[in-house]
Amino acid sequence: MSAPSTLYDKLWRSHVVAEEEATGRALLYVDLHLVHEVTSPQAFSGLRMAGRRVRRPDLTLATIDHNVPTDEPILPIADAMSARQVEALEQNCRDFGVPLHGLDSDRRGIVHVIGPELGATQPGKVVVCGDSHTSTHGAFGALAFGIGTSEVEHVLATQCLWQARSRQMAVEFSGTFAPGVGAKDAILRLIGEIGTGGATGHVIEYRGEAVRAMGMEARMTLCNMSIEAGARAGMVAPDDTTYAYLEGRPMAPAGAAWERALAYWQTLPTDPGAVFDTTVRIDVSALEPQVTWGTNPGMVTGVGGTVPDPADFPTPAQQEAAARALAYMDLRAGTPITDIAVDRVFIGSCTNARLEDLRAAAQVVRGRRVRDGVRAMVVPGSQGVRRAAEREGLDRIFRDAGFEWRQSGCSLCLGMNPDLLRPGERCASTSNRNFEGRQGPGGRTHLVSPVMAAAAAVAGRFVDVRTWPGVA
Amino acid sequence: MEPFRSHTGLAVPLDRANVDTDQIVPKRFLKSIERTGFADALFADWRFDADGRPRPDFVLNLERYRGASVLVAGANFGCGSSREHAPWALRDYGFRALVAPSFADIFRQNCVQNGLVPAQVGEEEARALMAAVERHEGATVTVDLEARRVLGPDGIVAEIAIDEAARRRLLEGADEIALTLRHEAAIAAYEERRVAF
Ligand code: SF4
Repeated sequence: MSAPSTLYDKLWRSHVVAEEEATGRALLYVDLHLVHEVTSPQAFSGLRMAGRRVRRPDLTLATIDHNVPTDEPILPIADAMSARQVEALEQNCRDFGVPLHGLDSDRRGIVHVIGPELGATQPGKVVVCGDSHTSTHGAFGALAFGIGTSEVEHVLATQCLWQARSRQMAVEFSGTFAPGVGAKDAILRLIGEIGTGGATGHVIEYRGEAVRAMGMEARMTLCNMSIEAGARAGMVAPDDTTYAYLEGRPMAPAGAAWERALAYWQTLPTDPGAVFDTTVRIDVSALEPQVTWGTNPGMVTGVGGTVPDPADFPTPAQQEAAARALAYMDLRAGTPITDIAVDRVFIGSCTNARLEDLRAAAQVVRGRRVRDGVRAMVVPGSQGVRRAAEREGLDRIFRDAGFEWRQSGCSLCLGMNPDLLRPGERCASTSNRNFEGRQGPGGRTHLVSPVMAAAAAVAGRFVDVRTWPGVA
Repeated sequence: MEPFRSHTGLAVPLDRANVDTDQIVPKRFLKSIERTGFADALFADWRFDADGRPRPDFVLNLERYRGASVLVAGANFGCGSSREHAPWALRDYGFRALVAPSFADIFRQNCVQNGLVPAQVGEEEARALMAAVERHEGATVTVDLEARRVLGPDGIVAEIAIDEAARRRLLEGADEIALTLRHEAAIAAYEERRVAF
């Protein structure tokens, strides 16, 4: 018998192409390389200059998401630089034979939404993309991580990547969520506890009963923000929930291949007794909805809390960082979170723009109105999500409440398209980053779950959604 | 990529932790499809006001740090997005090496791909170095990758923690794709036995 292995150990071992003795790193094979328009043009230029080809176009999948306008008509793209970047990807995909879900595809969307939706993301795969939130795909029991443009070029040319082994962290979520509380709150709490560098050098495996009880979309939310804790990747062992999600998707195995895949996938979960370098335990039973107050995702508190006093932080550096964050956010220490009023609400991004997210948010706004003076928008994660939501009438619920119902894309998560905050505007956002200027220069971002964002749109300020009629 | 052995240059202290790549290169510069030309993008929102005038209080704008080539930074430098534009901008601005108590994983890797040395040193040494370069106008710092050492003012010596693969890549400055393609037989053999459905 070999020693008990973790999911990560198994994924690593099954992908080693070669090992380099002197450095200890390994050349790993990549099963799925996702590509988008922002981080790939220089990689394709590099290939062209060196006269290289794409080794496995069949394992490569491209889409356009960051620059896409979300109001209709989306074409022509007015911003010349955005248009050029989009054209560059279209040209590169043509020249190198890479399949593309372009602007005319009804399957396009945020790269981390369409990979799973198409069934391209599967257990046991190594998945990479020139995008840090590639960690999302780990929800399927894949080893998925973000890479830079030089590595994109390397994978295009070789279908492999040199990697050093990461340390392993187990994050155990025990207990049961209160109604209105979920994966977004759990991951924000984790980052609040271990810090934005707390998992640097690690791969996280999310475990425990609360994770087992989650659907795939919630697991994706969890894994999505692993990078915000500094982790190389986040993963969840595959189980029946995973298989049920995948079965019948366009790129998932079918027939006899499905049976073979299933038998293989069932060997992947971490063996009993396998050892992690670090374990973090969080009981979610008493977890409050979380709201960030600062300029990184670790600056977070429960909705029942107050804006912290910088003087209460242990080190001078932390005190200074908190003071700078409060100045940027225009918040005063001691202010109750529920006294913070918002100007904008954004329900979208690869963290929280899937069907379950939109259903939960729609539940909160059904029959209500967005508060006067608040501009609220829903940007579905993909055209597929958008269509599915429309089939259920969610678009009507949002529109009737005064939300803008948009075409899909990254949108206000980072505002490379025309969706931006104006300087000083305060936004309740379901995205993953509250960095200075992330949603627009001078914009102020509070990260929350979809139901918290929806309630903030109606109330005009943050409210404890656990007390919201219809949620509790 | 140019090989890096050792570099001595004027050091600038950026005493903040968790500096994210959205700050290093704001998103509006990500629309470029070129690999160079990012010097003005570096820390653009901290360096310049809305009208493009230099903010006099930002450290890179201080006269005494003009021409700096070593950045001394706080912990978890380069967290956030995977944009390689961040190291491109640091490099285009003139930095050859960064010294910090820790770097975010993807950013560190992106630096190595571009000949920019992410020199991780102990927390105490980093603090001492930060204080010393603030104290001494014109202070230079040496990042000696061969000897794995950072040398600063006041006799500060700090050991560089860097994995051997990254160190070799920086020292040799080789085309990594060409090196990997030497494993063609192993890659092809893997493709034969690869689990796929
Ligand atoms: S939605 Fe936001 S975080 Fe996700 S890929 Fe797009 S820009 Fe990145």
